[in-house]
This record gives sequence, structure tokens and C-alpha cells, in this order.
Amino acid sequence: MQVTRRQFFKLSAGGLATSTLAMLGMLPQNALADVRSYKLLRATETRNTCPYCSVGCGILMYSLGDGAKNAKSTIFHIEGDPDHPVNRGALCPKGAGLVDFVHSENRLKHPEVREPGGKEWKRISWEEAFERIARHMKQDRDAHFVEKNADGVTVNRWLTTGMLCASASSNETGWLSQKFVRSLGMLAVDNQARV
Amino acid sequence: MTNHWVDIRNANIIVVMGGNSAEAHPVGFRWVIEAKTRNKAKLIVIDPRFTRTASVADHYAPIRTGTDIAFLSGVIRYLLQTGKYNKEYTLAYTNAALLVNPDFQFSEGLFSGYDEATRKYDKATWSYQLDDQGFARRDDTLQDPRCVLNLLKAHVARYTPEMVERICGTPKETFLMVCEHLAGTAAPDRTTSFLYALGWTQHSIGSQNIRTMAMVQLLLGNMGMVGGGVNALRGHSNIQGLTDIGLLSTSLPGYLTLPSEKETDLAAHLAKYTSKPLADGQMNYWQNYPKFFVSLMKSFWGDNASSDNNWGYDWLPKWDKGYDVLQYFEMMSQGKVNGYLCQGFNPVASFPNKNKIVASLSQLKFLVIIDPLVTDTSTFWKNHGEQNDVKTEQIQTEVFRLPTTCFAEEDGAIINSGRWLQWHWKGADAPGEAIADVEILAGIFVKLKALYAKEGGAYPEPIMKLSWAYANPMEPKPEELAKEMNGKALADLPDPKEPGKFLARKGELLPGFALLQADGSTSSGCWIFTGSWTQAGNQMARRDNTDTGFGNTPAWAWAWPANRRILYNRASARPDGTPWDPARQLIKWNGEKWVGSDVPDYKLDEPPGSAMAPFIMQAEGLGRLFALDKMAEGPFPEHYEPFESPIGTNPLHPKVVSNPAARVFKGDLADMGKADAYPYAATTYRLTEHFHYWTKNVRLNAILQPEQFVEIGEALAKEKGINHGDMVKVSSKRGYIKAKAVVTKRIKPLTVDGKTVHHVGIPIHWGYEGVAKKGFIANTLTPFVGDANTQTPEFKSFLVNVEKL
Ligand code: SF4
Repeated sequence: MQVTRRQFFKLSAGGLATSTLAMLGMLPQNALADVRSYKLLRATETRNTCPYCSVGCGILMYSLGDGAKNAKSTIFHIEGDPDHPVNRGALCPKGAGLVDFVHSENRLKHPEVREPGGKEWKRISWEEAFERIARHMKQDRDAHFVEKNADGVTVNRWLTTGMLCASASSNETGWLSQKFVRSLGMLAVDNQARV
Repeated sequence: MTNHWVDIRNANIIVVMGGNSAEAHPVGFRWVIEAKTRNKAKLIVIDPRFTRTASVADHYAPIRTGTDIAFLSGVIRYLLQTGKYNKEYTLAYTNAALLVNPDFQFSEGLFSGYDEATRKYDKATWSYQLDDQGFARRDDTLQDPRCVLNLLKAHVARYTPEMVERICGTPKETFLMVCEHLAGTAAPDRTTSFLYALGWTQHSIGSQNIRTMAMVQLLLGNMGMVGGGVNALRGHSNIQGLTDIGLLSTSLPGYLTLPSEKETDLAAHLAKYTSKPLADGQMNYWQNYPKFFVSLMKSFWGDNASSDNNWGYDWLPKWDKGYDVLQYFEMMSQGKVNGYLCQGFNPVASFPNKNKIVASLSQLKFLVIIDPLVTDTSTFWKNHGEQNDVKTEQIQTEVFRLPTTCFAEEDGAIINSGRWLQWHWKGADAPGEAIADVEILAGIFVKLKALYAKEGGAYPEPIMKLSWAYANPMEPKPEELAKEMNGKALADLPDPKEPGKFLARKGELLPGFALLQADGSTSSGCWIFTGSWTQAGNQMARRDNTDTGFGNTPAWAWAWPANRRILYNRASARPDGTPWDPARQLIKWNGEKWVGSDVPDYKLDEPPGSAMAPFIMQAEGLGRLFALDKMAEGPFPEHYEPFESPIGTNPLHPKVVSNPAARVFKGDLADMGKADAYPYAATTYRLTEHFHYWTKNVRLNAILQPEQFVEIGEALAKEKGINHGDMVKVSSKRGYIKAKAVVTKRIKPLTVDGKTVHHVGIPIHWGYEGVAKKGFIANTLTPFVGDANTQTPEFKSFLVNVEKL
């Protein structure tokens, strides 16, 4: 065989077809070409992990546009990573729909606020969002921070504001969240471990 | 998981109980099928519903929801009575022979030390008898009536096959068939792998469900074995990581504990958590607690933490009680909370009693939503008709909604069930103005810090002293954060064995947590991750899938701790070092040290035959059949009914029906339904085609499963005149949902305590936001009570009524 599996993949069609053919022992000498393979050839392949369940299936994401000339890169195809020891190229119906998550019409795109009693969202800048949120937090913390408990023991806690942390966020986000909440004195901290 | 996904293929018996992996973890389930086809393994499914997992099982046992402890205690009784357990393993590797405090007791559903007024136990008697060195006394002949094994035998004696059938509704013959299959894996060359998920955790007795199974695994000698283990299939892609990093009210990273107000200084905190050995010659790994704690403080506060200020101990908040979400929403409902940040979280859909959640959020002054998607929580203030009938203008909460990147648009690591930290890479830019979660945290934090610097305010020290040494303070990079968690040497670390040599030089990333110090010379944000990003680079980014044996791929990503893939693997060999099963020898003694296809979970140079037992995190080195004071409701598991019980009593002890140590708030107790008005046992679950409340925003999945439904058995449907496809109203004491009825053969009535009990199945994936057809939030129905240890809500067992519309 003259092409490695990965070269073959680059030259030919998608991973599913590849692995099925390979499994049947039909890896061809000469790679096939079709319209889709041409698109994949120009694409950037990036390794990632399915963000849904804890099997942690490996995925390959194919994107076009490299950020040059103001062209935002965008992902047009996601499939299972054939090299991954757990999923070996497979994805379930959840993982198979990932590209529709990335491009969901319900992706949020701008910071917004809904004023007290208001009926609609209003678009705001990041600067305004950070400014207003920090002001709210400081006001609440300054008013309700508990330095000592009834017995005079130093407790340095802030109970009137809390935070829920994301189960799909990375460890790195989790670590910064831990630093963030504890430095402020928060105790009402939780994640989706239970739900 | 103590083991990992691919390892499931090595099992002889696979039990899926408290989970439905074929639908909730479909690709991981392929390893169950591999075990069946390659290893001739038998799959046993124990579930109220005949799930898709059950449909490919060799044996299916129906069970009433919420009665798993009764079933598994019956299994333990069977093993002990028939003698079909691994006696050598049990004696050497569990606390079976250890003697228990003479005052420890159990009677009428309660263990010694119960206080009814506080619903809490004084656990003083839940302890070992100690000798004058402070070591637990033991009787290796197992004759002493106070040894753990004899107490356990007496405790489970009540769980006869007849009692199991009466409580669980599982036919006696089916139950005994399961017992026999499990007992077969007491043989040293056979293993059972238990796979479970939220079907076990989401009960008021969730932790004890899991404990009972772990005890079965210890008796069978399946812990530490290839193809064995306790395998939690976690519900979200990185809930393992978030838990490891300690994002829980009273936790710190790496399973350290946030100090409580009772530990008034550092010495008191360290004294409490630095464990003292309960047997001679043990590794007692938590004796290293101070090294991990001080290294964490150095990561939190950097140079500001020194021995002079107790490493910044005062800067940490101290707790009086846990502020888990049930506790916090109770406070919120009483108007005692002003602000809330929801990062990638949808509490309106995810928490019990949705109407209480919405009413509580309406009391907030401000709510900050940080999410890539529209969530139901973000628009809780909008009137969505029957599905969220609120008065918008009366809700005074200021709601911010901040767009974030999703997985595809960032670098970082997430941890799968097998404890693998898998690094991933950004493949595209985020839409619109969306930015990464860390940039949002940084944006708020940097602003707050500036405000405190300018204006002063309440106790600014911890904010000002927090280490924030990122190249761009507004944009901490994933690499910077990952290295911070791994930890580094803050001074040269001399090698105690070779003078003049160093284990690490100042500034270097540490190769493992054995190098961590309690004197401030090392930092590490999460000690169990030490070794994940070393001088040799990012270990989590490794992608070599070479199999070193038994499907183990140690060069693919990196697993905590120490890249170990099967926990407790010293127990895969006998005390004398010979493997229980020569065909699955994982580690071996080469005359000088332990080596093998996995990283040994033991002191590397401790020879076979020594006193050191294999469960090195425990003070006595043993697997605990008796849990000491670690559980809220007792050192042995006991069957307690769900808070909403279809039989309204506990056949074992009618005076103590439900978990006596579970915390229930007054208003929520009044909101519990009884079987006269709500006669059916309900349970919630996921479908193959959807993930939680996210994929209702995803077109493909919305097409696959567009519309909300509930599942009802044929017998109940007939009784109620409900046809397949009819609209039904399902109500609990707390609210109702309306959905299409799927009438199915897959749910059959059970006979429990002489009564017929019907189950109603409620998939969770709908809400008033999304691209799928709008639906009701399933958690409108669920009760506001949690497990006594973890406060995980009882989503899997409650009562409803069903009416045709
Ligand atoms: S593709 Fe399916 S099985 Fe794999 S991680 Fe995603 S949700 Fe889980």
C-alpha cells in the first residue's frame, strides 16, 4: 500500500468512507477524488473533543478561511477522529449534529441587557457590560460581606451573590473560575455534577 | 470511572444499573458490545424501563425506581450466605476483619447517634476499636462478632430474595439469576464491570446506591482489576474536570476541602485533613495534605502567600454550611440573594421544581448569563404562555446576557469519564462579538480590582493579592492556566537521595505531585493534575494510540493521577505479588520495583508481602465495607424510600420511611405529594438523540426528536383510556406538563408490597427556548430534595398523576 491511511484520507473522501473501506481491506492503490474531497483538501483539520457526554469522543473539525484578509474561519464539517482509541471515528446522533451547534441560529452574538421590568433585550458594548456587572457586584459585596461570624471568628465570606460553573467549559476556565469566586469570598458555587 | 472506556471490553459480566449507556453514552457503549462479541461477556440490565441498553442485554431485571439499595443489599446477603465471594481479597484488601466500636448499633431504620430535631447523626460510634498505638484492631479469624464482616452479615440478613421482591418488584427468580451471575465473578480470573450514571446519583439515597455496588465489587475482588471497577459514566463532557477543580461550595481543587469557620487557623485546618494512619505500615497518602494545600495557596496568591501570613489562609472564605444549589435557591426564594452568575448553565431547566426556581430568580437584583446559546434561564422573565406564565413587568431583575465561544472556538482540556485530560484546539472564530469565558471573568475581575483600588470597600485584600500573572491580564491564555494548575518549582528542589542533584530547578514545571512541598517552594493549582504539562510539554496533547495491553493507551492524552489508567491497580495482584489472574497481569514486581502496562498505584519500591495495603488513599489502606463517618446516613447502606413513595411506607421499618439524614426545607416538604392523589412512580431521563437542554438549539437533533413526549405502559394506558399519540397532562404536587403519550410495552407494571405500581417515563429535553418544537420543562414536576451527602436532586423517583386531555 502506497498511501498511509491519513494521506489517503487527505486525498480522498470523508473519514467514514475511508474507515469502512479500510475495514473491508479495500484501501485502494490510487486515491479517488470527488467534489467534497476537493473542499476537504483546502480545509484546515483541527482536533477537538465532543462537548456533550463524558465518553469524550475525538472529533475532527474542517474549516475554511484562515483569518487573513478579514476572512473569519468557519467550520463546515465535523466527524469522528478515526485515531481516537475510544470512538475510533464513530459519533452518536448527538455528536453527529455538532456542526449545527456551532452554527445554531440561537448562538448569542452580542452582549445584551434586559432592564428591570423590561420587555426586551437591549444590545450593549462589552465595556458597558463589564462596568455595570462589576458595579453591581461591588455594591452587593461591600454591603453584605461578612468579615467575622457571631463568635468573632474571621470568616471573610460573601453570601448574597453566587455562581454556577459550566460543565462543558475547559479545566482552564474552571481554574480561573475557582480563583475568581474564592478571591471574592463566594461560597455559593456549584457545577452540573449533580444535574 | 476507576477504569476507562476501552477497558469495559475486558469484563466477563457487565451490569448496567442506574444508567442507560446505549442511549446516554452511545459510543462508549460499543465497548460493552465488544466485551460481548470478543469476550463472551454477559450484559445484565436492571432498570424500571426496558431501555435500548436492555434490548441488547442477555438478561433484564425490572426494578422499581429508587430501590437499588434493597436489590444490591440482597446481592451482598447472597454472596455472604453462600460464601461465593473472594475471601482472600476480602480479608486482605477490605476492612472485613477490623473491629467496630462496641456502641455502634442499628435498629428500626436508624444507626446509633441520631438526632431527630436536626436530622443529623453524631457519628462518634461509627468508628473502629483502636489499640494503644491508635491502630484499628482486627481479627483475621473473622470470629469476633464486632468485626465488619459479621456486622455486615447481620445488617443485610433482612434483604432476603422475598424482601427484595416485595420492595423492588423484581421477581425472585430474576433476582437470584442476577446474584448467580455476579457471584461467578468472585473467581480470581473473572470480573464484573458496573456502569452507572445519574440513574443512581439522582436520589435522596444516591451516594449509598453507589456505595452498595462498590461493596459488591470489593467482595467479588473486582476493584483494581482489568475489566472490573466502579465506573461512573459522567453526564457532561467536563463535569469530571469541574469537580476535580473543586467548583463546589465547600471544595478546593484536587479534592482538598475549603476551610470551615470551625478551623480558625491554618494549623487547625491542616490537622483536620492530614490523615493519621489507622494501621501500621500504610502509605496513608492524605498525610501529604499540607503539601497540596500550601502549593495551592502559592498558585492562588503567588508571592503574596508566605509562611508569615499562613500562605494567605485568612483570604479564603470560611463556610458555616454548604451552599449547594438547593440551599441557595431556598435562600433566593426568601429574598436573601441579590446576584447570580450562570456560566454555561440553565438552572430553570436543570433544577427541581421549575416554578420555585423562576420565582427565586425573580427576586434577584441582577443575573448574569454567560453562554454560547439562548437558554430558558436567560428569558425566565418573558411570558411563554403555559410553559412559563410570568408577569414580565413585575420582575425587577436586571439580566445581562454575555455571548461566549463554544468548544470549537477555543483551546483547552476537558476530562472524560476515564479521567483523561484531552487537550483540544480552536478551529474557528466565534460568531459576532462572542469571547471566551476566561475573557469574561477577566473583564469583570480586572474592573472590580480597579474599583477596589480606587474606592476601597469591603475587605479588598484577597482581590488585590490574587495572583494574576498573565501576559495579558484581560485575556489569560489556556496554556498559562494549564501550567498554573500543573505547578512549578519556586526554588531549586534538591534530590534527597543524591546530594548536588536536583529534582527540579527553580521555575521548571513539575513532572509529578510527589515533588510538591509544604514550605512554599512549589506551586500547583490542582495537585492531581501535576504532570499534565511538564518541561517535556503538554502531555494532554499527546495523540499516540499505541495499545500497551488490555486496550490501555497511556500515550493518548493524559489521565489523572500520574497518568494512571486503572485506579487501585495494586489490588490486581495478591499480597505476595502474584496476579489474581495471570491472563490480566497489569503490574508486577521486578525484584526492585513495580512495573507494568499501567502506572502502578502503590509505593514503587515497596516489595510484595509488606504490610502496606493497596488502597493507599485510605488511612488503613483498605477498601471500606464499613464507611466509618464518611457518609451522612450510615456506615452501612440501608434502603429508604424516595421522599415521594408509591407505597407510602418502608417495609423494613415503617417508622423511618425515607432517608432520615436528608435535608428538606419546610415549604418543600409541604410540596411533597402522596400516592392517593399522585399514584404513579415517575422518573426522568435522556434520549439518544438529545443532550440535556442544549440540543433543542441544534437543527439536526431537533429534526430527529422534534416533540416532547412521555412514556406510559400499555396497562396504565388502557386503564386511563389513553391511546398512542394522545395529549396527556402529567402533574405532580408542584406543577404540570403536557405532552404526547407514547404507549409502550417497555414499561410494565410491577407488584410492590402487594400493590400494583406503574412507572411513567419523562424525557427531559424540552423547554420554551430552542429551534425544536416548544415544550414544557420536565423539572416542573420534580421534588426539591437531594441526596444527604451531595444534595443531588431526586429527579429519578417521584410521584405523578396522568390525565388524558
Ligand atoms: S459523540 Fe455521542 S457518545 Fe461521543 S462524546 Fe459525543 S455525545 Fe458522547
